[in-house]
Amino acid sequence: MLKLKINDNVVELDVDPATPLLWTLRDNLNLTGTKYGCGIGQCGACTVHLNGHAVKSCMTTVAEAEGFDVVTIEGLSSNADHPVQKAWIEGDVPQCGYCQSGQIMAAAALLQRTTSPSDEQIDTAMTNICRCGTYPGIRAAIKKAATSRNR
Amino acid sequence: MTVSRRFFIQSIATATGGMLLGFHLPLLASARPFQTSEFDAAELNAWILIGADNVITIRVAKSEMGQGVMTALPMIVADELEVDWSLVKVEYADVQEHFQRGKIYQSMKSSGSNGIVRSRPYLQQAGAEAREKLIKAAAETWLVNSDECYADFGKVYHRPSRRSLAYGELAAKAANISVASVEIKKPRDFTMIGLSTPRVDTPAKVDGSAIFGMDVRVDGMVYAAVKHCPVLGGKLRGYRFNAVRSMPGVIAAVRLDNGVAIVADTFWHATQAVEKLPVQWDIGDENKTYSEKFRNEYLAALATPGKVVEAGKGTEAALETAEAILESDYLVPYLAHACMEPMNCTAHVTKDKVEIWAGVQDPEGVVEVAANFTGKPAESIQMHNCYLGGGFGRRSSTDYIKEALTIATDVGLPVQMIWSREDDMRSGQYRPMAALRFKSGVDMDKNVVAFTNHAVSHSIIQDRDGDVPGGIDNSSLMGLIDMPYDFSPRELTATIKNTHVPTWWWRSVSHSQNIFARECFIDELATATKMDPFSFRRKYLAHRPDMLDVLDKLEQVSGWKRRNGGLAKGLAIHESAGTIIAQVAEVSVTDKGTAKVHRIVTVVDCGNLINPNIAKSQIESGVVFGLSAAMYGKITIEQGKVLETNFDTYRVMEMADTPVMETHFHLSSDEKWGGLGEQGVPGVAPAVVNALFNITRRRIRSLPISDYYLSRGR
Repeated sequence: MLKLKINDNVVELDVDPATPLLWTLRDNLNLTGTKYGCGIGQCGACTVHLNGHAVKSCMTTVAEAEGFDVVTIEGLSSNADHPVQKAWIEGDVPQCGYCQSGQIMAAAALLQRTTSPSDEQIDTAMTNICRCGTYPGIRAAIKKAATSRNR
Repeated sequence: MTVSRRFFIQSIATATGGMLLGFHLPLLASARPFQTSEFDAAELNAWILIGADNVITIRVAKSEMGQGVMTALPMIVADELEVDWSLVKVEYADVQEHFQRGKIYQSMKSSGSNGIVRSRPYLQQAGAEAREKLIKAAAETWLVNSDECYADFGKVYHRPSRRSLAYGELAAKAANISVASVEIKKPRDFTMIGLSTPRVDTPAKVDGSAIFGMDVRVDGMVYAAVKHCPVLGGKLRGYRFNAVRSMPGVIAAVRLDNGVAIVADTFWHATQAVEKLPVQWDIGDENKTYSEKFRNEYLAALATPGKVVEAGKGTEAALETAEAILESDYLVPYLAHACMEPMNCTAHVTKDKVEIWAGVQDPEGVVEVAANFTGKPAESIQMHNCYLGGGFGRRSSTDYIKEALTIATDVGLPVQMIWSREDDMRSGQYRPMAALRFKSGVDMDKNVVAFTNHAVSHSIIQDRDGDVPGGIDNSSLMGLIDMPYDFSPRELTATIKNTHVPTWWWRSVSHSQNIFARECFIDELATATKMDPFSFRRKYLAHRPDMLDVLDKLEQVSGWKRRNGGLAKGLAIHESAGTIIAQVAEVSVTDKGTAKVHRIVTVVDCGNLINPNIAKSQIESGVVFGLSAAMYGKITIEQGKVLETNFDTYRVMEMADTPVMETHFHLSSDEKWGGLGEQGVPGVAPAVVNALFNITRRRIRSLPISDYYLSRGR
């Protein structure tokens, strides 16, 4: 039995320890906000937090996630009121929306460490792919969230 | 189907393998786009329901794939209905109902940038009709003449007595009233249309609750992973299920036409097993093909006579007497759609019912396919459309739907079939490759005196229907057939050249290849005649004042004549789905010999804007999509297989690559309602390539740009 702490809840799981966290979240725990996009850590749609760090859950096994605080988009805030989510809503950022959970998780982790990221820091941290091309909206929302947090 | 023995002793309920301890699952149901009204609402017409609580439900019969239809289409209805938008709820129109009620939602297909273009008139009519019913209901209640009543912000008012009744109080009565056809508003009277109303789908897309096809969860559902023949066109010969049947969670193997599926309790288990499954393929000559071979064949075909599309009488003579002749060949590769959400479909097929869950562009087409496949009437099939994790044309195809139906029929359980990214990339249907030749004659005064164009393209219609009447596929000639430049005489010929690579519509269809070639060649003509690209285009677009307006505006807002260090600018213009769009790209060449795009300035004339913010997002989405293709996009065929497998080898634009985008709407007339979903795409490649020429002095005539080492020219 594996014990995972996800969104402040402890879950016991009877799964192969080598299972990617992504599929455990989606198929075993029904936390479908975390998305599958590439399975090789390239696109970032599956980004979650491990102790506040953004990680690609498709490249992290459940065994590796054991002992960490795992936070998914469902657990980022109680009412979609994390500053990043609020900035996202205000900027009407998503289009198709599929990559946005991952984008939001990556942005939230970035702002945790870098309170006022420069354009270069945003470029470096935000390598998540969006085929709808919402990048300008994402950049603006990150800056807006940074301002609102720093106030 | 081959079934694992353990399947019979394994209960599906325990197959999820998880034990939940005090775990709160997200409330998936609340975020479903297909939610139904909880209250007893009266249906005023197929599009509009009004509850006693004044909540207005507006149905959307198009698919939300990011283009904003779930917001923009209800805004059209709401404008005529005169509602309080904060009381509006939006839901997908039910596909089954569509069939049962004689296709009451007209067309449910989302493609060709036509969501607003085509459905706007009947949505306005639906809103106006419901409003008039409510007014009549109020007049009857008050025993007054309905001419003395008017509707505003969710209420009907009696002007002389200043009485009012809310829509919720009138809805039940109004539902039983019929009205004759109602006149719709003039654009100057719009109240909702033209406002940047927030998207209705945003909240569900920032907290993970939006349900995409892959997020559907059905009781007792199992998962399927697929292995397709890597050689495109190859078929399944056989597989050895025994080799994987004892792997964890494995339930069954299902034979597909060009592949095999493994069904298991989780997708991960299905994936693990399908990877290890020994498979034999039947491959004909398809494994002898290479992209280079295709390229050579396409270029060779340019020299053969094509089918005559425009006769261009006198071109030959004019070319003979021309002072100078300019001839260029252009080439574009196959492209993948690479939607963020790989293809997937959940299906449950039993003797009694067929139920399908997927995010698709053509739910109507899915039902027709399912009806054909199962032999059941279309009216009996339940199709639940979801949010689409990108469409771009790919999700208007039903190849993957048929696979899911095959698997679901075989196992008899609800099955969610998911293509891995690699399946999606390598077993896709691709934007056709094409080669285009332009030949033009110029006289002593630098006038174009003849223009010929031969397009050699893979035909999607031929792939789809097996035959193209007359041998000319107009869908591969967009932007060429409707050439706006006044060149005379002008000849257009076309050759269909299909390979074993399957093709399908891709965002902006053949504009994507033809506008690249056309607008680059126009620039070549401008250079050859020593004219500025704007001036040259103006000269041959003199009969199109609307296009001239867009060019004037773009020249001004892009700062065309302003120099900016080592940066160079390039231009392209085109028209599609009733929208004129012109773009200027500002670029530089890096020390590594690559292109860097700094700025894309766009001017759009689409006539009317429903929602300016969404309109701008759509254009800029198209720009980024077009840039991905222009800079990096290519599907490479080697031994009949697609070489690219994932986003590591099929590169697309990221945040750091994305240029500054400035988008201006320059609207000529409120009579026009142009599309916006695809229009940002085609002009980007030629604008960038034309700009690069101003640095390198070398013409790029094939894509992607990343195939070239760029250096500053003299």
